[in-house]
Amino acid sequence: MELLMSLLIGLMFTAGVYLILSKNVLRIIIGTAIVSHGANLTLLTIGGIKRGNAPILLDGLTLFNDPIPQALILTAIVIGFAVTALFLVVAYRAYQENGTDMVNRTRGNDDDDD
Amino acid sequence: MKWIPDLGINYVLRLDGLSLLFVLLITGIGTLVTLYSIFYLSKKKEQLHYFYAYLAIFMTAMLGLVLSDNMMVLYLFWEMTSISSFLLIGYWHKRERSRYGAKKALYITVFGGLMMLGGMAILSNLAGSFSIQTVIARAAAFSDSPYFILAMIFIMLGAFTKSAQFPFHIWLPDAMEAPTPISAYLHSATMVKAGLYLIARMTPVFAPTHQSWSVTIMIVGLVTLFWGAFNALKQVDLKAILAYSTISQLGLIMSLLGLGSNALREANGFYVAALAAALLHLFNHATFKGALFMVVGIIDHETGTRDIRRLGGLMNVMPLAATLAFVGTFAMAGIPPFNGFISKEMFLESFVHLSSIDAPTLSTLSYIFLFVAWIASVITFVYSMILFFRPFTGKQKPWLQPKRATHTPLGMAFSPLVLIVLVIVSGLFPNLFANRLITPAIHSVKTTLNPSYELHLALWHGFTPALWLTIAIIAVGTVLAVTYLKWKPAIQKRYRHTFAWNDVYNRGNYYFEKLSYRSMTTVMNGNLRFYLIILFMTFILMTLVGVLTTDSLDFSMIKLTKIDVLDVLIFIATAIVLLAIMLSKARLTSVILLGALGYLIAIMFMVARAPDIALTQLVVETISVILYLLAFRFLPQIGKDEEKITPFSWRLWISLGVGFVMFMVVFSSFNTTFFDSVLSPYFIENAYTLGGGKNVVNVTLVDFRGFDTFFESAVLTIAAICIYSLVRLRLNKGDKQHEE
Repeated sequence: MELLMSLLIGLMFTAGVYLILSKNVLRIIIGTAIVSHGANLTLLTIGGIKRGNAPILLDGLTLFNDPIPQALILTAIVIGFAVTALFLVVAYRAYQENGTDMVNRTRGNDDDDD
Repeated sequence: MKWIPDLGINYVLRLDGLSLLFVLLITGIGTLVTLYSIFYLSKKKEQLHYFYAYLAIFMTAMLGLVLSDNMMVLYLFWEMTSISSFLLIGYWHKRERSRYGAKKALYITVFGGLMMLGGMAILSNLAGSFSIQTVIARAAAFSDSPYFILAMIFIMLGAFTKSAQFPFHIWLPDAMEAPTPISAYLHSATMVKAGLYLIARMTPVFAPTHQSWSVTIMIVGLVTLFWGAFNALKQVDLKAILAYSTISQLGLIMSLLGLGSNALREANGFYVAALAAALLHLFNHATFKGALFMVVGIIDHETGTRDIRRLGGLMNVMPLAATLAFVGTFAMAGIPPFNGFISKEMFLESFVHLSSIDAPTLSTLSYIFLFVAWIASVITFVYSMILFFRPFTGKQKPWLQPKRATHTPLGMAFSPLVLIVLVIVSGLFPNLFANRLITPAIHSVKTTLNPSYELHLALWHGFTPALWLTIAIIAVGTVLAVTYLKWKPAIQKRYRHTFAWNDVYNRGNYYFEKLSYRSMTTVMNGNLRFYLIILFMTFILMTLVGVLTTDSLDFSMIKLTKIDVLDVLIFIATAIVLLAIMLSKARLTSVILLGALGYLIAIMFMVARAPDIALTQLVVETISVILYLLAFRFLPQIGKDEEKITPFSWRLWISLGVGFVMFMVVFSSFNTTFFDSVLSPYFIENAYTLGGGKNVVNVTLVDFRGFDTFFESAVLTIAAICIYSLVRLRLNKGDKQHEE
């Protein structure tokens, strides 16, 4: 299972980085979202998966999954969501102001546009 | 006086013969220069408060330099002289040349100063003390250390840059943009001798054990002597001639110091004589060069030019200045009965002796040394004669002189007069000064000298080889000086376009600036993708190197949990979704695929038995997709300008690299558990008893680790505020309308 997850994480990072390296702002945002998914999965995988029950203390259960990575991921998901939302709005505003959503066209000064 | 006692840096003053000689030079010529500058500078046009403030700073720094025994304090004063010299050279800061000269002097001397600091740091580390006296006392113990040589090189660099030795002499001619009193004081009598002082001061440290110290200093000094003299011939500006002559004379003193430092290693009388010659000439040079600068200042002040081609026949109009210049130039040329003669005799004699004895390693070189020294003396004689005869004799050129009533102001003439009187008196009665000033200075350089040693100087000392050499100098020099106008154009023409050290400096500056500009614009090209590529490359390389060199990879399959069919299905589905996102061209497809990915991950969380995050993931993913769709209304179609996805582009390789590294790290890291979690069992055990809840994840979030949650809410709040203000605040709306 962990091997599968590791492969998946590698794949996710590949896709995320690939998208981040594109020119379009929206693709970059999608890329960051994928990378943050990958990071969440990394946390989960390193913590160990499927080693016990869900960490809810019901009667009769003894072996539980590690609750700490789950708490961390929960926090990370919410923060990732906030950042993504902010990114989107920034992209929207940048498009409004600059008239382009290509990152290679938005530079500090207008002179050295390639 | 205590300054930083914890570091052993204290303000320690030590006055010995060498320091005393310098102190007298600094204060004496300083006083005369101050007097002279009162008459030289205009009270109305100049900002005199700056001038005297800088001058006083310089004088303080110079006194501190020669008096301090602590190396760090010495360095402090050393840099103070550099800075005040910089300020004084750039005194007329509205002139471009002044600023250029000031900057050049600062760069070069500060470079040397920093080198010297390095050398002193090494020395103090070796000796365990910042005190120069302690270093001298302990030097023999650590002279085998390889760092000792390094310290020697550093200290020499410091001294050579300050004293304008070859090839660091280039700053001095450009420092002539300073007001003439400054040139007289700083760039002939005092500051440029700080390097000589340093060499003399450090001689007891290095000379006893290392012959390279003596030889290097001697060779550098001789090269400077010759090069400075040769360049002085080419100049037409009086101050430029004096500047190069200063360089040349400093080289002379330097070479004598180098030769004399042999005295600390070999007991031979004439090495001591060379030391004496160095210190004597140091004193003599300060007197006559200071006077000459002041005289040139008078000429400049009264005629408005310093160009020797435009001056002539000043003898009749300025008889006093002519007299002063006569004595000064003849002393510089080394003609009896002035003081330059004695020191020049001693200089020649030292090199004659050197070639006559069996110096172990120098026997072959010593004849070349003597020859170079003799040639340089001839050239010195020639330019000294030019310096006197060109402006003062010949036809008067009234049409070139703005002021008709040229005369020598008495107030300005007073200071050079005092110096010239000194030149004559110390020439006629050399022992008067020698045994009071020079002998103690020798004793402080050569510490092991017999205390009863005394100098005996005389104008006439019999027919020695040196005297014949002097006669030859005068003879050849006279011939050359008389035929000067015939061969000078040839020299100027021949050597104008040849290699000059100034070019090295200027081009070096230019190329450094160009290089840094180039590299900055290459690296910081404003292209986000470029930065990201560098970032990812660094990540990949650092991780790979770190992982491979520490042998921390662990691909054992022991701890793996089993794989269900469901897992495989999810894996395949996710992989397909990811590939589709990468390849998708339409924005809507990408976002829907991203949503699908989010839901797949939620399923994964469920499979991994993490119900809370699965729930959150579902909700967040839904909202995200809605947000993306909302944003689409305002963003253009994706892919319009997007480059085609080529299968084997660098982009793909970098992303594959990152993915592979992550895979490697994740897979091998859950295998390497250094210790079992302590916290998780604790949380599970106590969630109910302490937290009062059965959902351990929730108890962790709000109870055990509530702070995380608190700040996470803060992040959400801040994001919300940012989004609100981004959408609502339009500060530059007015500008846009204005542009349109």
